[in-house]
Amino acid sequence: MFKLKLAAIAVATLGMHAAGAAEVEVLHWWTSGGEAKSAAELKKMVEARGNKWKDFAVAGGGGENAMTVLKSRVVSGKAPTAAQVKGPSIQEWGAEGVLANLDSTAKANNWDGLLPGVVANVMKYKGSYVAVPVNVHRVNWMWVNPEVFKKAGAEVPKTWADFPAAAEKLQKAGFIPVAHGGQPWQDFTVFESIVLGVGGAKFYEDSMVKLDPKALSSPTMEKVFDTFRSVRKYIDKDAANRDWNLATAMVINGKAGMQFMGDWAKGEFTAAGKVPGKDYLCLAAPGTEKSFTFNIDSFIVFKQQGADAPKAQSDFAAAVMSPEFQEVFNLNKGSIPVRSGVSMAKFDDCAKTSAKDFADTAKGGGLVPSIAHQMAVPAATTGAIQDVVTSFFNSSQSSKDAVAKLAAAAKTK
Amino acid sequence: MSQAQTLSPAGSRGSWADAVERALPKIVVAPSFVACVVFFYGFIIWTAVLSMTPSRLLPRYEFDGIQRYVELFGNDRWWLALQNLAVFGGLFIAACLAMGLLLAILLDQKIRAEGFIRAVFLYPLALSFIVTGTAWKWILDPSIGLQKVVNDLGFTGFAFEWIKDPEMVIYTVVIAGIWQSSGFVMALFLAGLRGIDDSIIKAARIDGASMPTIYRRIILPSLRPVFFSSFMILAHIAIKSFDLVMALTGGGPGFASDLPATFMYTYAFTRNQIGLGAASAIVMLMIVVSIIVPFMYSELRRSRHG
Repeated sequence: MFKLKLAAIAVATLGMHAAGAAEVEVLHWWTSGGEAKSAAELKKMVEARGNKWKDFAVAGGGGENAMTVLKSRVVSGKAPTAAQVKGPSIQEWGAEGVLANLDSTAKANNWDGLLPGVVANVMKYKGSYVAVPVNVHRVNWMWVNPEVFKKAGAEVPKTWADFPAAAEKLQKAGFIPVAHGGQPWQDFTVFESIVLGVGGAKFYEDSMVKLDPKALSSPTMEKVFDTFRSVRKYIDKDAANRDWNLATAMVINGKAGMQFMGDWAKGEFTAAGKVPGKDYLCLAAPGTEKSFTFNIDSFIVFKQQGADAPKAQSDFAAAVMSPEFQEVFNLNKGSIPVRSGVSMAKFDDCAKTSAKDFADTAKGGGLVPSIAHQMAVPAATTGAIQDVVTSFFNSSQSSKDAVAKLAAAAKTK
Repeated sequence: MSQAQTLSPAGSRGSWADAVERALPKIVVAPSFVACVVFFYGFIIWTAVLSMTPSRLLPRYEFDGIQRYVELFGNDRWWLALQNLAVFGGLFIAACLAMGLLLAILLDQKIRAEGFIRAVFLYPLALSFIVTGTAWKWILDPSIGLQKVVNDLGFTGFAFEWIKDPEMVIYTVVIAGIWQSSGFVMALFLAGLRGIDDSIIKAARIDGASMPTIYRRIILPSLRPVFFSSFMILAHIAIKSFDLVMALTGGGPGFASDLPATFMYTYAFTRNQIGLGAASAIVMLMIVVSIIVPFMYSELRRSRHG
């Protein structure tokens, strides 16, 4: 043991890479198709740097199962090297005092220069990097079937003010204007695009990120709920509890005109052999083309026993942020690279638009975290706000009441 | 005494063997007893402790009094879950008992193919609630299920959209639950009916009692223990009901069909509010205890005296 420590110190002082294989155990839920392929790619890269990869995949949708497993591992003192955790949950884990520090890796690889400030802040706890970002999903997309709009003689809405007229025309022509799945997170996804479209990026940030009571109970918020109500009129009766991909299928096969959903919907179009720009359009949700709601997957790293753990962790983090991994992973997953300096040549047009808007909004403002996808506020607050949104959408509550409930829910700690 | 002394060498071996033999049942039972104490009562205590802490993501052992319970009962969604439990539990138990009893009485009329029919009614029990929930989700879905079939038959005015209606959705959970469990209750009642002594009924007949009177005055009262055990089983199915709701409605639309169990899961495991989740679990336990314990107590006392 003493010898091992000595060796580690020697290696550290020389700044050389140890040949001894440290184990990198990564908890993730990339178990399906393209995602599993990406995980294998990451494994290769980490192993190429002289580490052993131990896969710790826990299947199950949004990672709820994985989180339960992770909690029990951490409580029992056997935290994995890294785990897939995103958004303000990173800070929640940070507050438990179990996360390792990635500052030296970040400095060596210039993360501050490569990541937009808003994104870097999500990855930090008390000013230090504790997580490494993997990809960027854009949430404020509108997926449009142009054929349907043409048949109905309707214009694709550019603002929420245009929306009712277009939706009315689609409905008259016998189409379902908006394809929607009535699950709370989907209701919330539509809602946040309306907050952004009606109120603008500044209003979104005040109300959904800073939870400023003034913004939350403002007349603008009432207008947001009114708009949300008007969207309700243009979805079909059977939407309740429909999965998002089934709603996407309604746009693909020309039953519905549009869907408000993040860019993971693109995978459904691609799988159906549809071509962006021709068979379908990927546009920013009405009134939001100058803004970008991001949903970023990331890995947090845990404090480890063993002298060679920091090096392994650093190798892992560097591999995740490397241009090669960012390219290959995001091509598979349908998202875009989170760092600058990755060639977009192999990506499709929607991803190119997304990447351009990501860079532009990072510079010019308008890059905001998605609240519906747990990027903006802690899980408890997100949940309470989601409850208000979804119960408004599924009842005949007045916008005024909803605004009052929203302001109360935002106080959930 | 003297005999024991003369047999002393063999006797000591014998008493050792006796001791082992006497202790053996205890030794065999011990592991499951320990497991039961630790994993059942131990975790109840742990949950109770957690419910009085400000735990969020991970357990944090700082005493915080009844703050979580105050939060819990200030939560609209919790009240809705309780209200849904009252509706679901009440209707589910009452309807299962009524249906089960009716089916059992009808089956008990010495009909043909009884075994086959009994199997048909009992069969849903063999399915898990997940399967029941998924099947009924499709049956009740207006665009593919019952409504569509009836509409396609020409009755275009027919509408049955409860599963999409936040006010009515909890009743669809009741329907699926009854479908699953009433066959089981029927089997219990049928066994009870078969256990009734025929001679009493014959005697009543001779005394000139009509069939309804015999059922009301003799058969139903003697089924009392079956009512009791059915009620116990149904009550705990209702209170812990989780998978059925998850598969059937996902708790939706919105959270309109939330039950305490789904509420607890959501808060403890997806919203990083372990403290609040633990508090709701303890309240659920209290509900079970407050319903079942008095009932059990009175029933057991009756049977001891009876």
